[in-house]
Amino acid sequence: MRSELTGTGLLLRHHLRRDRWMLLAWAVAVTLLYYSQAVSVAGLYKTQADFDQAAATMQHNTAFVAMAGPARALNTIGGQVTWQAAAFGCILAGLMSMFLVGRHTRVEEEKGRDELVRSGVVGRHAPMTAALLVAMAGNVLLGVGVSASLLSWPLAPADSIALGVGLTLCGWLFSGTALVAMQLTASARSAYGLAGLVIGVAYLLRALGDVGNGVLSWLSPMGWYQAMHAFSGLRWWPAILLLAGSVVSTTTSYLVFDRRDVGAGVLAARPGPARGRLHGALGLAWRLQRGSVLGWGVGLFLIGLAYGSMGNDVGSLIGDSKSTRELFVHGGSSLVDGFYATALAMLALICVGFAVSSALRTRSEEVDGRVEALLATGLHRSRWLAAHVSVTVAGTVLTVGLGGLGIGLGFAMVTGDGSRIGPWLLAALSYAAPVLVLAAVARLLYGLVPRLASLAWLALAFSAVVLLFAEAFRFPQWLRDLSPFAHLAAVPAQDFRWGPFVALLVVAVALSAAGQLAFRRRDVR
Amino acid sequence: MESVIGIAGLVKRFGSTVALDGLDLAVSRGEVHGFLGPNGAGKSTTIRILLGLLHADAGVVRLFEGDPWRDAAALHRRLAYVPGEVNLWPNLTGGEVIDLLGRLRGGLDDDRRRRLLADFELDPAKKGRSYSKGNRQKVALVAALASDVELLVLDEPTSGLDPLMEAVFQRYVEEFRDHGGTVLLSSHVLAEVERLCDRVSIIRAGRCVESGTLAELRHLTRTSVDAELSRPVTGLAELPGVHDLDLEGRRVHFQVDTDELDGAIAALSRCGIGTLTATPPTLEELFLRHYGDEAAAGEPVPA
Repeated sequence: MRSELTGTGLLLRHHLRRDRWMLLAWAVAVTLLYYSQAVSVAGLYKTQADFDQAAATMQHNTAFVAMAGPARALNTIGGQVTWQAAAFGCILAGLMSMFLVGRHTRVEEEKGRDELVRSGVVGRHAPMTAALLVAMAGNVLLGVGVSASLLSWPLAPADSIALGVGLTLCGWLFSGTALVAMQLTASARSAYGLAGLVIGVAYLLRALGDVGNGVLSWLSPMGWYQAMHAFSGLRWWPAILLLAGSVVSTTTSYLVFDRRDVGAGVLAARPGPARGRLHGALGLAWRLQRGSVLGWGVGLFLIGLAYGSMGNDVGSLIGDSKSTRELFVHGGSSLVDGFYATALAMLALICVGFAVSSALRTRSEEVDGRVEALLATGLHRSRWLAAHVSVTVAGTVLTVGLGGLGIGLGFAMVTGDGSRIGPWLLAALSYAAPVLVLAAVARLLYGLVPRLASLAWLALAFSAVVLLFAEAFRFPQWLRDLSPFAHLAAVPAQDFRWGPFVALLVVAVALSAAGQLAFRRRDVR
Repeated sequence: MESVIGIAGLVKRFGSTVALDGLDLAVSRGEVHGFLGPNGAGKSTTIRILLGLLHADAGVVRLFEGDPWRDAAALHRRLAYVPGEVNLWPNLTGGEVIDLLGRLRGGLDDDRRRRLLADFELDPAKKGRSYSKGNRQKVALVAALASDVELLVLDEPTSGLDPLMEAVFQRYVEEFRDHGGTVLLSSHVLAEVERLCDRVSIIRAGRCVESGTLAELRHLTRTSVDAELSRPVTGLAELPGVHDLDLEGRRVHFQVDTDELDGAIAALSRCGIGTLTATPPTLEELFLRHYGDEAAAGEPVPA
């Protein structure tokens, strides 16, 4: 057994060195997710009576319960933090675990680097053990961050610690299931798909269970985490379930690994067509990105449905205090309209995730050495880039539109009022302009300094911070104006204005064109 | 003869590194041109400038009498390229990639595609991620060889192929040449170069140090002579161009500059030749001579 693990320590140190900034970023993000709930709840309700009233409404909103979890002690800060953050914290911990485990196991195998490592003095189980330990350490970091930040608020010590410990255990469990997924398919992409599916199903089971009689929640690790009842009668025994789940999933992954060849998966790869139907650069770009377009589209539609299904209850749900009005109400409109205006903007912000990753696809194509052979044909390099731009633009319009449609349909389902579907769809579509501005920033960076192209994600982070926290932190106007999302009329709270929409489109086109020009002039690697 | 590739004084820098330092290269229509040099000599950089992927810092580059940077796409319809390292899309099959590259180049010969797939024993229905290095190479080769083009640019095309497949490759290149095609072949497989190439350019540290037919290049180096004579030879050491003389009674072994071969053989003949073997330098010897450290970059090779 010992020799199977030879070299684990060395690999672990190497991984931690490679991942240190990424781990820190995840820890900060997840800690903020929990801590910011405490901050926002404390600022939202001026009196306990306000708080009690809001809690009562939230408790009875099925959509909220489906999204967040069982409603317990919602009239306390601790209860709110647990409710608002636990499920999403689990998703983030799961995603982090999945990426960490995948990056050091299947991705390495797929790229052929794993083979090189294994030819050294390295035990059979060392690479996957090192990957697992990195993920476990990452989850400990998340747990410590969450517990420490809540302790500093200060919230009840035992419950604060429980919320962190539960999160860590949940992350360990998802590290185990991700490690199983990595053994199953030979492609990292499909393995990520499987591991993501596990997280998604866990969330879904929990949502259905929490809305129904609660049985299904017991099939989900997220349900076990929430069953610890932090800040509402803490109990520790569900943590044992999480721990047992981690042990079982991890053990399974080792057993499966021992039954497969290195580099191969358990599920065999299916053959594809022997003749190609891809026509030109556009066909190829669409083929490469269609999975992502459809995935984001469906995701945004579902998120939209969730927002929309809050119906007209938003007023009682988010309270009617001064700070709420500040956050949601734009220029004397109603709270409902204000809320949906903000929801549309949030959807558009999520859509930036698609747009920027789509714009950066050209970068990974180039880095992976797949552009050279293409550009050595009759394909002009500007046409190659333009094909990817077309997919980004069309995909953005489609996904943001599906999000808007989701909100409208969700609202119509709950209230029976279908008159909002059309206007909100149009409003969502108008958000394609600021989204595309950020995609164009990515394009320009790619054209000018491809090495730094991923800095475009910073533009997304900045816009998100402005949208969510500008009011709370009283950002100066010039800083807010730097975000492309700050300029569009907040439909339906305000009337649509063509001016800013057209201006944003012009900016997007100009930046993208500049990126094209720069790309035409530079070396392709 | 009509020039297909004409490069003069080509310079390319990457930051402070000088990759190409005044490189010259000329390839005429209908020839198979070997492009040799040690790793890092600048072969791939030259090819990528020729394909308009990289921008030249200085010098003249002509491809089919056009500018490969400005007219890249138009010129590429007339050539096919096989990169040294073939990267495929993991989720596209080999067949899809072959057809895509063929279409982008302006069409494939379906009949030849079928024949190539059979001869290279390549399964076109497999996904890119499941091909081995050799099979990825075959995908690029089939895509290139099935196109109707005038020029093949091949960057170490047989790395990863087994000897049988190498033979298939050589047959197709010969067929291509026989139909009037031009080939620029960068390779480390010297037997392949010797068999296929009409002319050879050897580059080193970003410059062309030697260019010509194999016969011409051989002329610049030494022939190895082994002889058994009727009586011991004298005065051989004083002859110009004789090196590494090894006298052992009536047996003699030495190297002689190929230009001076005639004089040396005459001297042997005066002593009565019993047996005689004269071995022209192999490409490998030629190669090692240029790759060796004593042949500093750009320095004329001692004749």
